[in-house]
Amino acid sequence: MGETTDEITDEAIAAAEGAEAAEGEAGTRAPTARQAPGEVPRPTGIGPLGWLRWGWRQLTTMRTALILLFLVALGAVPSSIFPQRDQAPEKVAKYVEDHKTLAPWLDRFSLFDVFSAPWFAAIYILLFVSLAGCVVPRAVKHYRSMRARPPAAPRNLGRLPQSASYETDDAPEDVLAEARRVLRGRRFRVDVSGGAASAEKGYLGETGNLLFHLALLALLFALGLGNLFGYRGNILLTEGKSFANSLSQYDDFKPGRAFGGDDLSPFSITLDDFTATYETKGDKRGQATDFHAKIRYRNSPGAKEKSWDLRLNHPLKVGGAKLYLLGHGYAPVFTVRDGKGNIAFQDAVPFLPMEPRNLTSEGVIKAPDAEPEQLAFYAILWPTAMASEDRKQIVSAFPGPIRPVVTISSFKGDIGLDSGTPQSVYKLEGVGKTLQPVKDGQKLLEPGESFKLPGNAGTITFDGLREYTTMSVNRDPGRLPALVAAVLAVLGVATSFMVRRRRVWVRASAGKGGRTVVEVGGLTLGNPTSEFDDIVTALRGPGHEAPEAEPAPENEPQNEPETAETEAEAGPAGHDPDTEPKE
Amino acid sequence: MGDADLANLSDKLMLTTVVLYIIALFAYAADLGFGRRRSAALVAEKAEAKVLVGAGAAAPTPAEGAAEEAAAPGRPDGGRRQADWARLGVVLNLLGWAAHLGMLVTRGLSADRWPWANMYEFLAAIAFAAVTAFLVVMWRYQARFLGAFVMVAAVVALGIDNLWLYDSVGPVSPALNSYWIAIHVTAAITATGAFTVAGAATILYLVKSRAQERGGVAEGGVLARIPAVEALDRLCLRVTMFAFPIWTAAIIMGAIWADEAWGRYWGWDPKETWSFVIWIGYAAYLHARSTAGWKGRKAAILSLIAFAALLFNFFGVNYMFSGLHSYA
Repeated sequence: MGETTDEITDEAIAAAEGAEAAEGEAGTRAPTARQAPGEVPRPTGIGPLGWLRWGWRQLTTMRTALILLFLVALGAVPSSIFPQRDQAPEKVAKYVEDHKTLAPWLDRFSLFDVFSAPWFAAIYILLFVSLAGCVVPRAVKHYRSMRARPPAAPRNLGRLPQSASYETDDAPEDVLAEARRVLRGRRFRVDVSGGAASAEKGYLGETGNLLFHLALLALLFALGLGNLFGYRGNILLTEGKSFANSLSQYDDFKPGRAFGGDDLSPFSITLDDFTATYETKGDKRGQATDFHAKIRYRNSPGAKEKSWDLRLNHPLKVGGAKLYLLGHGYAPVFTVRDGKGNIAFQDAVPFLPMEPRNLTSEGVIKAPDAEPEQLAFYAILWPTAMASEDRKQIVSAFPGPIRPVVTISSFKGDIGLDSGTPQSVYKLEGVGKTLQPVKDGQKLLEPGESFKLPGNAGTITFDGLREYTTMSVNRDPGRLPALVAAVLAVLGVATSFMVRRRRVWVRASAGKGGRTVVEVGGLTLGNPTSEFDDIVTALRGPGHEAPEAEPAPENEPQNEPETAETEAEAGPAGHDPDTEPKE
Repeated sequence: MGDADLANLSDKLMLTTVVLYIIALFAYAADLGFGRRRSAALVAEKAEAKVLVGAGAAAPTPAEGAAEEAAAPGRPDGGRRQADWARLGVVLNLLGWAAHLGMLVTRGLSADRWPWANMYEFLAAIAFAAVTAFLVVMWRYQARFLGAFVMVAAVVALGIDNLWLYDSVGPVSPALNSYWIAIHVTAAITATGAFTVAGAATILYLVKSRAQERGGVAEGGVLARIPAVEALDRLCLRVTMFAFPIWTAAIIMGAIWADEAWGRYWGWDPKETWSFVIWIGYAAYLHARSTAGWKGRKAAILSLIAFAALLFNFFGVNYMFSGLHSYA
């Protein structure tokens, strides 16, 4: 938030700021709208209504808005220090584990859910009200001042930061008519009365400023819109499999507060192929350079199927939602036959990476249908298996599947799925209790190899390797409004920086010998610009140079202050004397 | 030239840059310490202004402009010898700047991508932006006095960059492989560079205004050679006014990119949070300066808080917290 910034005088800034200038004398009065809280008269014995009004005025002061804005910033800081539940619940759990005394207190102050904390809501709601309470009346005032007549000319134009004076043979009325024409031509609003023309322009600055503040309000609205009506969820899709947009298909789903479950659009996607490309040479060997997911999708069950190349930074828009590629991993395919020779399990099993660099991954295979006893396996996959340097272990030397190898540890007994308690698909439960390791049940397998479990308990075959992707699906109806609001905010703030309100007055009066004395005065918020000189030149007509370096004194006698003013103006054009280092 | 040669050249140019900046730093410092006394005469100042206008017309390099200015008429003999420090500083600074630019360009060419895809390149680019911003400010506002301070910042940044953040040339990670890197990161770098110059001016402002309060600035001291506090204040404001819209744009572009890449435009990732804190800091500063009429100390402290947050956003957030912006 920044208004026009300038060097001229605080009063002048304040005058426009408060939109008071229209009534003030040449805009040199102090503002009343933006007084500091301390200067607002404290109500004494004015009853509850008076107190309310006083409180409202306090809330809508710029200082309060600034303080609230600072509090929002300050309040956001803990979210970067402490883990947040909505981003990384597992980290919060670990933090709570590690900090037994501190964590409950942090939790009491919602420091693990900063952005849904009551105190954070309190700050931004107050900020919202404060902004609204300050911007809306200001917009109304601005509208009025845009329609009001430009302020009447001050008595002594020579006292203004920019001024000039000359004599002419034209009649005063003609001078003023010419002034009106010139200023109108420069898109000033002009009002001629009482022997003087008043002109004002640059309302766009304040308009931009207001636009900026209103856009901020709109941005807050858009954020809320997305939070209320949107949803986001994560899915895991293995090559060759499909996903239909329904709640049961999500691994993790976060609806907005006002989101109804049947609002999910009925699109479906199929992952045909996923390719990860890695750097193969040099010291960056193994660094991923590209991820490609070839998918087919339908916007609705009956719609035509289309294909899409899903990449990072290249999401798919489907059925009002957006689909993003998040991550990837390996899903080895296993076939488990039970003791009777029947196929008890056959599928690709997503494994979780144990280390990000070379994607050594682990996972479990559960075959509850195996008879006579249920079978389960814990497996580790090395995409590119190699002996470690001490030749005692296997390590993965590359994230790509150059030489995939899995080791299998077998278990039999009760997996625990029949009890109905939900289980993680990445973990075995009840190991050592209901589930017993099979003696000599470890084996290293390459693709296509099988392992016959001791005691004729069954067989497991490592059929091959597929890849899976994790994807995020979300819908955020506030997305576009937020973008529009943000762009408007930038436009607004840029305009308010660049456009300054400026006023020009021209007074023509009869002088000695039938000549007309013309006085011109200018007031610009910010540094005086050469625009004023251009206007004076235009007013004097051809043949007269603008009063530049040595102006008025040669042409006609002037009073002292006037001369001083014009001399102060006489910096080289385009160069700002203000920034000259001076002592 | 092969990619490996270019990468090698880039590393060598980096060292060249650091060496040139260090010498420029000493030259600027010497200029501050024993250079021509600016308060000498108003005449000199007017001469400066004229030289500047002339320089604009003849379009010589800032180095020439500044050197000419330093050797301005009025003190032809004594001024001549002392002014050489300033000339030396500016010339070395420009040479260092050119080497710095070459370092970034060769780095980008050897990797065949924008040269700010990891922390090493990012910090080098920020230092480049800061030096560029300083050169512009020096040319437009005669702010040569900032040279020593900006050089200190640049040398420290590049030192940290070489000692701890060095990374060999590699391909861009898929997450960063988007045209947005050209927009979002470039804007962030530019704004950070400019904010650094504003920060240097602010610190000088606070030091000088404090010294003045404590009974005046000693005649002939370093502080007497830097401009009046009001000029410093204004310089800080101008540079901040330039950088702030760019920073805002960087945040918004970042949000758009985040929406493309991560599926949400704002997620309170630590980097996002701190960028927002910085934005608020500078917004409050600009607001206070323009509306509430806070000039001087209070506004300067706001600006300094924002600058501290900016530094923290780089060093603290990238190395202390883990987040989506971790590309170290």
